[in-house]
Amino acid sequence: MFNILMLFVLIPLLMMAGLWASRNIRQVRGVMVTGASLLLALSIWLLCDYIGLRRSGETAQMLHTSSISWYEPLHICLSLGVDGISVAMLLLSSVIVFTGVFASWRLQPMTKEYFLWYTLLSLGVYGFFISTDLFTMFMFYEVALIPMYLLIGVWGSGRKEYSAMKLTLMLMGGSALILIGILGVYYGAGAVSMNILEIAQVDIPVQMQNTFFPLLFLGFGILGALFPFHTWSPDGHASAPTAVSMLHAGVLMKLGGYGCFRIAMYLMPEGAQMWDEVFLVLTTVSVVYGAFSAVVQTDLKYINAYSSVSHCGLVLFALLMMTRTSCTGAVLQMLSHGLMTALFFALIGMIYGRTHTRDIRQMSGLMKVMPCLAVCYVIAGLANLGLPGFSGFVAEMTVFTGSFENPDLFRRICTVIATCSIVITAVYILRTVGRFLYGEVKNPEFLKLKDATWDERTAVFILIACVFGLGVVPFIFSDLIATGVEPVVSQLIK
Amino acid sequence: MGYTIFILLLPLLSFLLLGLCGNFMKPKAAGITGTLSTAAVTMLSYFTAFRYFSAGRGADGIFPTLMPYNFRWLPFNDTLGIDMGVMLDPIAVMMLVVISTVSLMVHIYSFGYMKGEKGFQRYYAFLSLFTMAMLGLVVATNIFQMYVFWELVGVSSYLLIGFYYTKPAAIAASKKAFIVTRFADLGFLIGILIYGYYAGTFGFTPEASRLMSAGMMIPLALGLMFVGGAGKSAMFPLHIWLPDAMEGPTPVSALIHAATMVVAGVYLVARMFPLFVGYAPDLLPWIAYIGAFTALYAAVVACVQSDIKRVLAFSTISQIGFMMVALGVCTSTDPHDGGLGYMASMFHLFTHAMFKALLFLGAGSIIHAVHSNEMSAMGGLRKYMPLTHITFLVACLAIAGIWPFSGFFSKDEILAASFGFSPVMGWVMTAVAGLTAFYMFRLYFGIFWGTENRELHAAHRPKESPLNMTLPLVFLALVTCIAGFIPFGDFVSSDGQAYHIHIDPAIAAVSLTVSLCAIGLATWMYARDRQPVTDMLASKFSVLHKAAYNRFYIDSIWLFITKKVIFRCISAPVAWFDRHVIDGFFNLCGKAAAWLSEKIRPMQNSNIQQYTIWYLAGAVVLVLILLF
Amino acid sequence: MDMVQMEWYLVLATVMMFCGIYGFLTRRNLLAMLISVELILNSVDINFAVFNRFLFPGQLEGVFFTIFAIGVSAAETAVAIAIIINIYRNMKNIQVKNLDKMKED
Repeated sequence: MFNILMLFVLIPLLMMAGLWASRNIRQVRGVMVTGASLLLALSIWLLCDYIGLRRSGETAQMLHTSSISWYEPLHICLSLGVDGISVAMLLLSSVIVFTGVFASWRLQPMTKEYFLWYTLLSLGVYGFFISTDLFTMFMFYEVALIPMYLLIGVWGSGRKEYSAMKLTLMLMGGSALILIGILGVYYGAGAVSMNILEIAQVDIPVQMQNTFFPLLFLGFGILGALFPFHTWSPDGHASAPTAVSMLHAGVLMKLGGYGCFRIAMYLMPEGAQMWDEVFLVLTTVSVVYGAFSAVVQTDLKYINAYSSVSHCGLVLFALLMMTRTSCTGAVLQMLSHGLMTALFFALIGMIYGRTHTRDIRQMSGLMKVMPCLAVCYVIAGLANLGLPGFSGFVAEMTVFTGSFENPDLFRRICTVIATCSIVITAVYILRTVGRFLYGEVKNPEFLKLKDATWDERTAVFILIACVFGLGVVPFIFSDLIATGVEPVVSQLIK
Repeated sequence: MGYTIFILLLPLLSFLLLGLCGNFMKPKAAGITGTLSTAAVTMLSYFTAFRYFSAGRGADGIFPTLMPYNFRWLPFNDTLGIDMGVMLDPIAVMMLVVISTVSLMVHIYSFGYMKGEKGFQRYYAFLSLFTMAMLGLVVATNIFQMYVFWELVGVSSYLLIGFYYTKPAAIAASKKAFIVTRFADLGFLIGILIYGYYAGTFGFTPEASRLMSAGMMIPLALGLMFVGGAGKSAMFPLHIWLPDAMEGPTPVSALIHAATMVVAGVYLVARMFPLFVGYAPDLLPWIAYIGAFTALYAAVVACVQSDIKRVLAFSTISQIGFMMVALGVCTSTDPHDGGLGYMASMFHLFTHAMFKALLFLGAGSIIHAVHSNEMSAMGGLRKYMPLTHITFLVACLAIAGIWPFSGFFSKDEILAASFGFSPVMGWVMTAVAGLTAFYMFRLYFGIFWGTENRELHAAHRPKESPLNMTLPLVFLALVTCIAGFIPFGDFVSSDGQAYHIHIDPAIAAVSLTVSLCAIGLATWMYARDRQPVTDMLASKFSVLHKAAYNRFYIDSIWLFITKKVIFRCISAPVAWFDRHVIDGFFNLCGKAAAWLSEKIRPMQNSNIQQYTIWYLAGAVVLVLILLF
Repeated sequence: MDMVQMEWYLVLATVMMFCGIYGFLTRRNLLAMLISVELILNSVDINFAVFNRFLFPGQLEGVFFTIFAIGVSAAETAVAIAIIINIYRNMKNIQVKNLDKMKED
């Protein structure tokens, strides 16, 4: 039985075969662009198809579902299916994979091997988003983690071995927790199915939920840069090559939020109720703490990495608020942060490729030298600090309004504290922009630098268009996401 | 009234066009594009105003509130969501006229002022963006739409203040402006969230029953919204960004930082006025006190500044203080009984926008001629720039509140409202009005009379600005002359009914006397070639003079808070904590693992015989365990 | 009955075994260690043969096993000697304490 969703895994596999066979850089690029475009087209088609099906009155929770048995004794199946959230996430992944190809257009050396691992990474990501089976999800999650180690360790910069090791070890620690959590869910639900949709119908004993919820939430939370398990993120992002930073911060970190929502909270609502205050405190700290840390950083990638900690913290924060609006906001924030942070990392990579420094104290006046990149950076910055018309505003406002729907004082206070981050965000964004883009060019070497090439422009413009599009017509996406959020939230507030 | 949507769309299109294709256009073409779109918007606004007010009042004697457009832009849940649309009511229509007029004047004026500047296209793009955002703000159908455009005017202000992006002062000023207002917007946002939750809507006319049951939350929400308004409208102590914002090009100061954006806070309070009166009457006096203090403070500081744009900036702060006072002194929505201030505030907003834009454009014309902001570079300019001189004088008379210029009428209403609130407030505001007259004429004499900087003027002879700059001056001067006679109360009043403005002779006489005395004093002190009195006063009260010149060190306090407290005491320790404690902990985990393996490793010392001993020992132990 | 009793064989095998172990642990020369290993193996072979002869006289498994073990130990000795010769060629000695090339550092 063929499922259209299989293409999300098959195309990367074919791409890898194509890369294997390709003999020169032109063929490598050809394979990558073709494959990434196909994936992008597929995601857009899926989006339209999904909206169309919903409009025509389709009410099933997941669409395009299918299941193939893999290992009968443990009920492991290749179960596929998408809802509004996964459709949005697939689109996000495709956009970032596509632009990432252009962002690493001129990467040297070992381009072919680089793209092989890159494609494998994207395969894991796609697989995670289309699966509805606990084990399959876990497997794709692991597939996405491992290439990261090599991509950072081999093609990275700075203390790459240290960062790659740290990132992989911490995330592996997280996945160990996830594995235990998954087994707990599986046996808690009577060991009859690994399929999320089926497990959701079963009530897991409260005692087990209380034990396994924190494991799963922490496990995915580590990937979502939950305080205090976020320290892999600044080092990892700083050392990773451009497209890997983009994909990692843009998509892989979203796996964390997605997993928390789809697995931890959906399957163990009582556990979530029990633990949410503890984790709310942690996520609130993440939001403010990341922003404050970003204020004094001097490395562009560190600034953005801490900003990611803050924004991804907001995703988990919104999920834990457990209202329909806030969860929709969380998914919007995932989309928005994915696009914005990919844009940032792309730009930082391009600037770094020219100036060979990321220290904002050593740069100034880049607006004069590379106006296109600088203007794009300013736009990204404004989007990041939540300017209306860009995606950040839409997401943040949905999150805050949704969080405020909780009438109790504790959540209100958390909301107000989290809201403060928008001011701090403005501080570090404007400080950075003012420091290295504006002003006179102090280093005469920089006067010789060239502005963006066509491939870089392609990557950046596509991302800006997406950020802008999401910010201008949010109602399309917020409706789409709300359909996916609804069943989970009704499970939570049951 | 479907065409009103074009009031927003035209500047938006012009912004997108200039922003995306500006680099491929000739500067002149870009300027013309921007100006034409603004001209069209102005025509549309006038037409809208004409149609709106000529359509007449409804059966209840009130101009109806129209909503030609309203659609749900971002749904939150079943009831709440951000709507985008166009709402027309008297104050929105009035603001449309003000904004589009001043914006058009600034567009035309900038042709001359910004001629030859690098980034001319960018400048016009930002102007279009600002115009769109400001118009969107005033026609907002709900508080959240207002917030959306509120942020957009904030960012266009940021971009325009930082227009000269290579100038460190401009970069710092733009950053400061954005962050300070953003800080205030935090209050606004939280206010909106509270309001939305309890009112069940973001609209301006919620159900009364819901508000009543919300208790103290509605005053809290309104108070927080006022914080946002105070930030944008530069109320003490959030005013610090406005004087620095003068680093932007002068026409921008005229448009954004004098006539339109800075009064957004006043507009916000006016917009929420029925709620303030109905549900938070205790807050209004505090708004009045803050406004009065700001007005007084800014007027005092304005008396000693030497940068002419700074003087005007402080004068703007002071005048906005007047408007806030007028709103704050209201105790009801009946203009005949304690609600006069609402109309007075809006009236003053209207007249102030015109004459303050005129003052700034005049100042721009002067700066264009002498290439300096400092009064010391000026003096005696009346000979060189007659047209600028006359129009500037008109504006000075208007702001000083001299009959028959527009400022007289609106300020008189504010004073009447203040006296109605309490005599103390009335006298304080009268005194501030006197101070206003004094510092404005100090400025006027310092620029056009007084000691001439002959050296500089000989080296570079100042000359009158070109026609495209003087034309807006003349137009605005004409408006300033006649605007006072507009029967403003017939259009805008607190309860919507027609209110006939009548001048209270006693108050008018007092304020006129005070203003004339102040002008006389300024003439005596500053009109002459030498100014012994001024120097004597400055040296005698040097501490006070220095304190006022340094704006009473409020900026230093803010700098202390941001630099020392936020950077040094919060962010730096947090970053240190992150790198050393949290990251240190995980590194420690790694190091502990390494240490442990280092400890275990000697057992694998490649000595086969030692391995054998271990093996045998193990075997013996196992055997012993099995045996016993 | 003057037949040699089973215990005698077993004592012999044990003595051989412990001689082998002692030799293996104390000798530093690879060849000596190899000889010690052979002693251990041979002591086991003796055990096999003896148990077969005394306990299961009608069967031959123990004898087969002994022959099998002798074959294996011959092969093993051949391999070991080959290795030792190679080590000697490379290092010019066969002292066991010098053999730590495979360990990093």
